[in-house]
Amino acid sequence: MGIELDVKSFDNALKILSKKYKIFAPVRLKGKGSFSDTDLVTYGEISSYKDIELSEKSRYSPKEVIYPITQTLFYFTEDEYKEPEIDDKGIIVFLRPCDANSYLKLDNIFLKNGPYEDNYYKRLRDKVKFFVIECTKGFSTCFCVSTGSNKFLDYDVFFRFDNDKITCDVKNDEFSYAFSGKEVEFTPEFIEKNEIEVKLPDIDKISQNLEYVFNHELWDEYTKRCIACGRCTVSCPTCSCFSMQDIFYKDNPKCGERRRVWASCMVDGFTDVAGGHSYRQKYGERMRFKVMHKIYDYKKRFGTTMCVGCGRCDDVCPEYISFIKIVSKVTDAVDRGESK
Amino acid sequence: MTNVYMPRKAEIVSIIPQTDIDYTFRLKSDILPQHGQFLQVSIPKIGEAPISISDYTDEYIELTIRKVGTVTDAIHELKPGDFLFIRGPYGHGFPVEDFKNKNVVIAAGGTGLAPVKSIINRYNRNPKEIKNLNILVGFKSPKDILFEDEIKKWKEKFDVLLTVDNGDETWTGNTGLITKFIPDLKIENPDDTIVIVVGPPMMMKFTCLEFLKRGIPEKNIWVSFERKMSCSIGKCGHCKINETYVCLEGPVFNYTKSKQLLD
Ligand SMILES: Cc1cc2nc3c(=O)[nH]c(=O)nc-3n(C[C@H](O)[C@H](O)[C@H](O)COP(=O)(O)OP(=O)(O)OC[C@H]3O[C@@H](n4cnc5c(N)ncnc54)[C@H](O)[C@@H]3O)c2cc1C
Ligand code: SF4
Ligand code: SF4
Ligand code: FES
Repeated sequence: MGIELDVKSFDNALKILSKKYKIFAPVRLKGKGSFSDTDLVTYGEISSYKDIELSEKSRYSPKEVIYPITQTLFYFTEDEYKEPEIDDKGIIVFLRPCDANSYLKLDNIFLKNGPYEDNYYKRLRDKVKFFVIECTKGFSTCFCVSTGSNKFLDYDVFFRFDNDKITCDVKNDEFSYAFSGKEVEFTPEFIEKNEIEVKLPDIDKISQNLEYVFNHELWDEYTKRCIACGRCTVSCPTCSCFSMQDIFYKDNPKCGERRRVWASCMVDGFTDVAGGHSYRQKYGERMRFKVMHKIYDYKKRFGTTMCVGCGRCDDVCPEYISFIKIVSKVTDAVDRGESK
Repeated sequence: MTNVYMPRKAEIVSIIPQTDIDYTFRLKSDILPQHGQFLQVSIPKIGEAPISISDYTDEYIELTIRKVGTVTDAIHELKPGDFLFIRGPYGHGFPVEDFKNKNVVIAAGGTGLAPVKSIINRYNRNPKEIKNLNILVGFKSPKDILFEDEIKKWKEKFDVLLTVDNGDETWTGNTGLITKFIPDLKIENPDDTIVIVVGPPMMMKFTCLEFLKRGIPEKNIWVSFERKMSCSIGKCGHCKINETYVCLEGPVFNYTKSKQLLD
């Protein structure tokens, strides 16, 4: 069963929910795009239907809602470590199935990798309620069906936005009080076929031919083409690497903070160690490292592909490098290498 | 919720200069690590750095820290009575239980001696735990020699070969890289010999190859890796070498694994 809403009752629901939740959705920031007179579609807080941008894919993903670009871990006063307080409010995120799945991918790193849960991630993640946006057409660079991230059934509320006609399925009873309208038949739909289909490589085959894949000439092209800007990793919903950074305040050097900031395996400095040594100096080697994480070794570790097929890396690369093409080349190479 | 990034305060009880740039800091602590594990050591507002535990008792731990940059420079400014902030221990150390009753060879280059020093001192206290111990240590030059007093003590019980890459006018000891001495090392039963190799990447690579030439099985060789590390708990990604997190699965690796760490 679904509930039919008009814009007014939807806005009213947001108003009610905003008492207890911060509400995030894709938004359009006028004139903030990378070229003059272009807009930036990204995640931001919303308070009404008209704030939500549905016609375009967001350049940045919703990961910053639970994993901020810069996050203070401690405030220092003299020698004391103090953990920053956080907002009491819960978090509602409007997102498409691929991005909802990306949260589960981040969970594997922050909550399951290694012996400990990352407390800074967990305290935000535990607040999240998934308000999933129905997505049946996708965009030209999407390949979520290929990565198996086109569906997300564990939603709290599911929405179909059909122009100004809104239908929702409230799965989590906690939210029933906010949505009132005519009851209608409603079955959430998910995209079943993208314009692009990508065959992912068989990870057992890679394991058996690891050196062959690692030393394959396909990577050389990216040593020449990639400029190591890191945009692909910034916009990727599943990239989770960070660096620690301590600072002191200029106006009061006795006080300061320890932060973590997003880091990128594509950018210089990621592997630098004492003695001026660094690893993966060639950009093609970095590309191999990134791509293999997305489609091979993360899956080996957690049983699921890291990439959710959102296509953002292809959208943002200034050198028109296509991750999709690279994945196809890897699959090809693995299949051919095997049959040799 | 426990804060996994929260360090604890540890008082510096003494500081022992080893060379101009390497100091050993003894901290009050009851951490009982595995040999080869490391800590994240920090000074608020300056930063954190991963540092091996070079020795320990149930009352203190020792860190031997080379001054190379922001954090380590600031640590070198500290005095006894000051505090360092530590979290850990992290990673997997050397499986010393499996080394019992074996011949053990330890080859260390430069600061690589720090992560294995506690093992040597363990055997120094309990020589019966193993059949015998052979120590090979190499430094760049005589002024880079670390743990000179302890090396002297080890010589009373074990075969110790100390070499420097380049001697000076007064140097009368061995010169040359460690690898030069491996072909002549007395190894009675390679299958029953454990080899530990720690040092700069090139030193480890060629030292391991020399031991393989001597018939030591790959599975008997152990190494320790250094990678950039921000978190040490499997989150930040910096230490990852293809599918392996050095902070979690290392820093100590068996050679059968380490040779597959392609980069
Ligand atoms: C498991 C492990 C054990 C270690 N044990 C010891 C030890 O016992 N004694 C010791 O003196 N050093 C040890 N190191 C190296 C030590 O962590 C670095 O020298 C230190 O982080 C440099 O920090 P800094 O702020 O002083 O230098 P920075 O100002 O950050 O940089 C100076 C130089 O050090 C490099 N560097 C930065 N961070 C690291 C890092 N995490 N690891 C390696 N190099 C880095 C930089 O790229 C640069 O070349 C260990 C490293 C690891 C990973
Ligand atoms: S690798 Fe590219 S397509 Fe895959 S999740 Fe990241 S940005 Fe999206
Ligand atoms: S966005 Fe393109 S050029 Fe920039 S690092 Fe990624 S692949 Fe390289
Ligand atoms: S040091 Fe952060 S993942 Fe290993």
